[in-house]
Amino acid sequence: MSRFLIPLAIFIILAIFLGIGLTRDPKLVPSPLIDKPSPAFDLPRLYDPEVQFKHTDFQGKVSLFNVWASWCAACRSEHPFLMNLAQEKTVEIYGLNYKDERADAKRWLVQYGGNPYSAIAYDHDGRAGMDWGVYGVPETFIIDKKGIIRYKHVGPLHPEVWQKELLPLIEKLKAE
Amino acid sequence: MYSSRTLVKLVLTLALTLTLLTSMSLSQATIVAFDFNDPQKEARFKKFSEELRCLVCQNQSLADSNAELAMDLRRELYKMIQNEATDDDIVEFMVNRYGDFVLYRPPVKSTTWLLWFGPFVLVFIGLIILFKVIRAVNKGGNAELSTEEQQRLHNMLKNKNEDNLS
Repeated sequence: MSRFLIPLAIFIILAIFLGIGLTRDPKLVPSPLIDKPSPAFDLPRLYDPEVQFKHTDFQGKVSLFNVWASWCAACRSEHPFLMNLAQEKTVEIYGLNYKDERADAKRWLVQYGGNPYSAIAYDHDGRAGMDWGVYGVPETFIIDKKGIIRYKHVGPLHPEVWQKELLPLIEKLKAE
Repeated sequence: MYSSRTLVKLVLTLALTLTLLTSMSLSQATIVAFDFNDPQKEARFKKFSEELRCLVCQNQSLADSNAELAMDLRRELYKMIQNEATDDDIVEFMVNRYGDFVLYRPPVKSTTWLLWFGPFVLVFIGLIILFKVIRAVNKGGNAELSTEEQQRLHNMLKNKNEDNLS
């Protein structure tokens, strides 16, 4: 009897592990930036190049920091969601325009329904994005009142992840 | 006039040469980008760009990848090496941004124990099973035959002897 039971048990264990492996997305790499202060940057804004956007601007409120670009196809599908969010005013929305041309970025915002961001940092050469560990645009960070990164989402935001993860976290951080 | 056979040969040779030439120029394109005045620095650059993963195309190193992020990171690596950054500085720079996943040779720590020592544990378990099986086989060989089996053996040997005699 054990002749068959042992290989069967090994097979089942292997199948379970491989099955779990299939459900996980290898593109999602845990960010080492979680629970660390936001990386320092000092960039011109997209709309007013004379005004700087600094990491210290995150202080004192809960912020959603969204990395996007006009060349990013997935950002298009995310944009309506961000527009809705901007109207609800649940959280301060900031943008990082990553490796883009100023004119392209502005045109893109007009073309796809408006500007949901309170302010946009213009990261032309992607150096600030590198400090934020950006590897797959769009990416979204949640930053608490002290300027500490608490959450990162890779890929477009959608209502499901918002309801399940971001909104409860934002409510919690607001109460802190 | 060429015979059709020489023509086919000629076309094939041309196609092969073209393929080789284009593949050579492609592989060179990623290497030529940076100039080093010091061969030691160049060796360090090569070593690191082969040991760091490109996060966009996860199964390629920085050296292999043509993704935009990989190019940016190669440029950053070049700058760091030109500025005499230590190995630890370079690894820290990458890990602080992209996590241990960026290293093809992950550090030994509690979360990677299974990765580092798992194979040895499996070999050990395999050896134990192997020894057990060998012992069981040896024991089985010494076991006594039942009367029925002895009778069968006797008959077999007898038949064989008769075959040889005839």
